[in-house]
Amino acid sequence: MEEREKQIPIWFFIGAIVLIYGVLITATGFLGWVSPPPAGTRVALWELHADLWWGLLLLAIGLFYSLKYRPRRKHRSA
Amino acid sequence: MAFLSLIAAMSGSASMLHLRPVDLLIIIIYFIFVLAIGFYLKKFASTGDDFFMAGRKMTAWIAGLSFISANLSSLETMGWSAMAYQYGMLGAHGYLIGAIPAILFLAIVMMPFYYISRTHSVPGYLQLRYGEGARSVAGISFSFMTVAVSGASMFAMAKILNLLLGWDMNISIWVASLTVAVYVTLGGLLSAVFNEVLQFFLIWLGSLLIPILGIIHAGGWGKMMAAVQRNVAVIHPAVQNADFTSLWQNLGSFASNPMGIDWFGMLFGQGIAVAFGYWCTDFLQVQRVIVAKDLRSAQNGTIIGAALKMMVPLIVTIPGLLGLAVLMNSDGSPMVLVPESDPRAGITHNTFNDVLPLLMGKYLGPGLLGLGVTAMIAGFMSGMAGNVSAFATVWTHDVYKPLINRKGSDRHYLNMGRWSSVVGVLLSIATAYTLFFFSNILEYLQVLVFFFIVPLFGTVILGMLWKRATPAGGFWGFLVAILFSVSMWAYVHTFPHGYQPQPKVTLSHGAEVLLTRANAAKPGAISYISIESGALDLVNVPLFGHEEGGEFTVQDQPLYMREVAPLRKTAAPIQILAPEVVIADTREQQKFGLSAVPARISPGVKVRSTFISRRFDPAAFNPDHVKVIARSDKAKPMAVNMYSAWWSLVVCLLVTIVVSLFTRPKPEAELKNLVMGLTPLPKEEAAPWHRKPLFWAVVVMAVFIVINIIFW
Repeated sequence: MEEREKQIPIWFFIGAIVLIYGVLITATGFLGWVSPPPAGTRVALWELHADLWWGLLLLAIGLFYSLKYRPRRKHRSA
Repeated sequence: MAFLSLIAAMSGSASMLHLRPVDLLIIIIYFIFVLAIGFYLKKFASTGDDFFMAGRKMTAWIAGLSFISANLSSLETMGWSAMAYQYGMLGAHGYLIGAIPAILFLAIVMMPFYYISRTHSVPGYLQLRYGEGARSVAGISFSFMTVAVSGASMFAMAKILNLLLGWDMNISIWVASLTVAVYVTLGGLLSAVFNEVLQFFLIWLGSLLIPILGIIHAGGWGKMMAAVQRNVAVIHPAVQNADFTSLWQNLGSFASNPMGIDWFGMLFGQGIAVAFGYWCTDFLQVQRVIVAKDLRSAQNGTIIGAALKMMVPLIVTIPGLLGLAVLMNSDGSPMVLVPESDPRAGITHNTFNDVLPLLMGKYLGPGLLGLGVTAMIAGFMSGMAGNVSAFATVWTHDVYKPLINRKGSDRHYLNMGRWSSVVGVLLSIATAYTLFFFSNILEYLQVLVFFFIVPLFGTVILGMLWKRATPAGGFWGFLVAILFSVSMWAYVHTFPHGYQPQPKVTLSHGAEVLLTRANAAKPGAISYISIESGALDLVNVPLFGHEEGGEFTVQDQPLYMREVAPLRKTAAPIQILAPEVVIADTREQQKFGLSAVPARISPGVKVRSTFISRRFDPAAFNPDHVKVIARSDKAKPMAVNMYSAWWSLVVCLLVTIVVSLFTRPKPEAELKNLVMGLTPLPKEEAAPWHRKPLFWAVVVMAVFIVINIIFW
């Protein structure tokens, strides 16, 4: 969605927020892996460490979009 | 982080889910992002066309994502998960027969007319085709509907934040509303579209883990479906013999499925009336694609939306089914959720609408839970924003401009759009509270759909396909069908002989009770309750010597209450609700809900007894009247809505045709670009086969058929 001369593509915003969330969730998942929470406070299927691998997936998606659509001098369309 | 820890602690131990600081950080980042986007986009919304139509520059992908996201609000995720919990696999029809044929019809048949007429809105098309009368009815009714649906979004969000965080519902409504008001007022449709596309990603990334983990937990698809069919005997005893796991093979009779509907109602009510009304003429949806940069982008964007729509059952229908399969009480029995209208709702039982939050709490740990909650908040807010931006457009172009001030400048209408966004938010807040009348959030939406959207579709489609349709025919067909819809709704909620709510006893907070657990059929279950002190609120429960009701204190001799109470036609089990009582011998605090258990009321207990009989109750359905509309007294609210939509469409078409035959049509010259046969479609530029809308429409239709066969 290009707009006049310099509108930042929406994909960049998406990449940026997903990247930030990926960092936070991966870090949380890693902490939970090295320092497991007490058994009574764990969610179902905790042992699969879904937060770690889902966080890594977000990280990859976020990196892809924020790099591919980062604002440049010569603007590319969305 | 200390600040976040403090807020997390304030979330309250009584709330359903416990958020950690990282979850709150994720939520706060989302709010900062959407506000920043709103401020950033303000400079790109400097003309009326920018504000109302996003500059008409969207690509097919953005139009398609926005088209489907406008519909993928959290009303959808929560509401359709609740539907699947209530109606099983039939809940997926909203994404299949209730969407795909209609979206493809919009793309291939209707989009050229919307696009070529260069209208600002669907009511705008009506004005061009039929004149001011039809446009005014559509503009006013659509304005009303958008704020009402936006109110539904607010209610849903306030409820979920209350449930998850323990936040006050009023504060939640105002915080979310102000955020939406800021970013829509600044950036208009562009801002709404940006946030919709952002929300699409968040909702998938935040929700997809639930079905993945849930199916692993259930032991695979087959075991999940077996557990669903096994548990409904406990969860939905009234329809325990119904098939919850099929799309079509359980629609042979009204009794063989949990919705109380047959194939005709599903195909013509859901598949034709509701679906075509919603997808082809709901301006909120259509606005998303008519602003694409060219006709082919508008058509391809719509078809992309259809393909994405078919995937949504993964994140809504499967969680609803998982609610039936894997949500268990601590004793291993299936957890029973109830409708919002059930007296036990929120006291001793969670509701249908809580199925998704309950699954989030079960499977999502710190961080992921924050993402899941953010996805829901994003969905609520983009739902609100979509409705508010559509309201601003229709109010400014179809009500204010033609009826109040025809001579304003572009700057004047831009300001009116901005102010009406704020007014739209305020009106939405006012409507948010009416939701308590309806048993399910989505049913509320369904009611609105068949009030306005279905008649609108009848009027628009005749206008597009039949050049003989006259302005008078369009106006009267539309108006009479709206009135007919409202009348049908009133009819099914009317009780000529009075409606008596189920007999109910509510114990006051702190009341003392003694419980007897001696039930041969269910060991450990409560079989008798003695109320030792406190106060009771009785509804439709006669007590010996106090058959007329009133307030009194039990004197020297105890009173005894039976398991059932007589109503006008039958006897009904008495519900006993104890939101917070004390067990007299152990001093333990407890809450519970019982049905059909006898009770003793000790001397000294205060009683307030009322007998209620209403002629009209919007939360109750009269089975005798339901049978007239939906062809079966087994029909559930959703089935009633589908049949009502069908009759509404039939009435609209009949009245429009009959009136048109007796009135003067517009000259053909005035119908150019508006009616099939009088509209020269622009020559398509040469394009490879894989960019042609018709090719992709056929592909999507084929996939749709295959899905229906697999889950038949």
